[in-house]
Amino acid sequence: MTVIEASGVSLTFQTADGPVHALKDVDLSIAPGEFVSFIGPSGCGKTTFLRSIAALETPTGGTLRVNGMEPDAARRARAYGYVFQAPGLYPWRTISGNISLPLEIMGFSKADRAERIARVMDLVQLSGFGGKFPWQLSGGMQQRASIARALAFDADILLMDEPFGALDEIVRDRLKEALLALWRKTGKTIGFVTHSIPEAVYLSTKIVVMSPRPGRITRIIDSTLPPDRPLDIRDTPEFIALAHEVREGLRDGHGHD
Amino acid sequence: MRSAKGCATVTAMTKGRLVPVLTVLMVIVAVWYLAAIRMNAQWERDQAARAEVTLTLPDLVARTLVQERPVLPAPHQVAVGLWEGLAGQAITSRRSLVWHAWVTLSATLAGFAIGTGAGILLAVGIVHSRSMDQSVMPWAVASQTVPILAIAPMVIVVLSSMGITGLLPKAIIAAWLSFFPVLVGMVKGLRTPDAMQLDQMRSWSASDAQVFWRLRLPSSLPYLFASLKVAIAAALVGTIVGELPAGATAGLGARLLSGSYYGQTVQIWSALFVAALLAAGLVAIVGWLERRTLDRMGLAR
Repeated sequence: MTVIEASGVSLTFQTADGPVHALKDVDLSIAPGEFVSFIGPSGCGKTTFLRSIAALETPTGGTLRVNGMEPDAARRARAYGYVFQAPGLYPWRTISGNISLPLEIMGFSKADRAERIARVMDLVQLSGFGGKFPWQLSGGMQQRASIARALAFDADILLMDEPFGALDEIVRDRLKEALLALWRKTGKTIGFVTHSIPEAVYLSTKIVVMSPRPGRITRIIDSTLPPDRPLDIRDTPEFIALAHEVREGLRDGHGHD
Repeated sequence: MRSAKGCATVTAMTKGRLVPVLTVLMVIVAVWYLAAIRMNAQWERDQAARAEVTLTLPDLVARTLVQERPVLPAPHQVAVGLWEGLAGQAITSRRSLVWHAWVTLSATLAGFAIGTGAGILLAVGIVHSRSMDQSVMPWAVASQTVPILAIAPMVIVVLSSMGITGLLPKAIIAAWLSFFPVLVGMVKGLRTPDAMQLDQMRSWSASDAQVFWRLRLPSSLPYLFASLKVAIAAALVGTIVGELPAGATAGLGARLLSGSYYGQTVQIWSALFVAALLAAGLVAIVGWLERRTLDRMGLAR
């Protein structure tokens, strides 16, 4: 049983300087409930792969299945929620109004929307902030609101493209803890793009190391860490060994240059 | 506490602004008086020469400021003309500037509404259709390069030959001038959502209509309001130009024209000032709506 199944996925952009191989022969399968991080230097195709899963890009080769469907069909079936690097909240809508936005677009009833908004706000610990406007919230809280928005329509898959990239270290730590708690509670399958090794190791059950030119997977590391992870797990030898392995993988990728 | 502080800030601001504003105003008035004396002096000298009297300088100056048909009326003459036009007549009278201003204002507002509607609709088309993007814009630009003074009489004559007279032909000329800033502003405004915001919408499988109503239109409002300020002033200019040809008898434009026929410069200047006040008032109203709306939407920046 797999949620995301990629075999031989390639994506070539035609540019003025000739073709750019953003992805080449990517094989990967992700099981339900996994937390998968994609890590690699810029240009390695990690974001492109995530966007392909979301049908925001179309692979030029290979097959990609999301919940057994074409990515496009999966999107229409509300298979995933996508969290972008910036919260992208609308300043003219309150936090509740912003979370309500995809629900309105998808045609949920008013009562259903209210119930879902309350539930996901609780999940990201924003209860009581529904009436606030985005500018009244800190960057971290805004990003939590955007995660709530992605969760509101009950997609099984949560795709996150460097969601904490614009936040400071302390806020990131807190959000990472909260995200792990949320993941344990909801059992969602999460695809998470990052360029931080500790972030990838701390969060993931599976770490996909990628390298550029052409964008490809160089190593897939299964985490040996327990699902319950306090922040100080980062000081354990197990954590350090995993981080070392990821770093090796990244270095391997660069050896091809 | 807070309101007291607010009051203090307002007073400080008005105090800070009042002095320079009054200074500039006084300089303008002074220059105006000097120009009036200089420009009207020749006629007085000619009159004096004909009557074979010599004028002392104080006499000359005094006479230049009370002429009936001066080349340039003095500020106080315009002020009197304005006052009589605005307050000295029943507002239904043909001599009332209030009545003429209303005639102009109604056509301006109608033209502004038509122009704004047309500008927004064309912008929506341009943003959503590639072929419209390439075909409409050059024509819109071309329409604005034709001098409105050349177009206006043709519009009036053609429409009146079709039996359409009164407010509508003027409104169409006003719309001709006012749709363009709205079109340009809205094309820019409807395209402000960035790639991420559009991807977000796609990730929710939103339709074009949903993207338009929920994202593009609200995002475009700061641009719309900026355009509306230009458009409403342009609509007023268009209306006045539309009132000039073909013997219009009502409106500020007609007032300007009859003033120039009969050498009634005070009348011309009074009408000009009413037009300026009208424009300032209209732009201020749009500006107030802008602040109110954008503040409420969290877009005021």
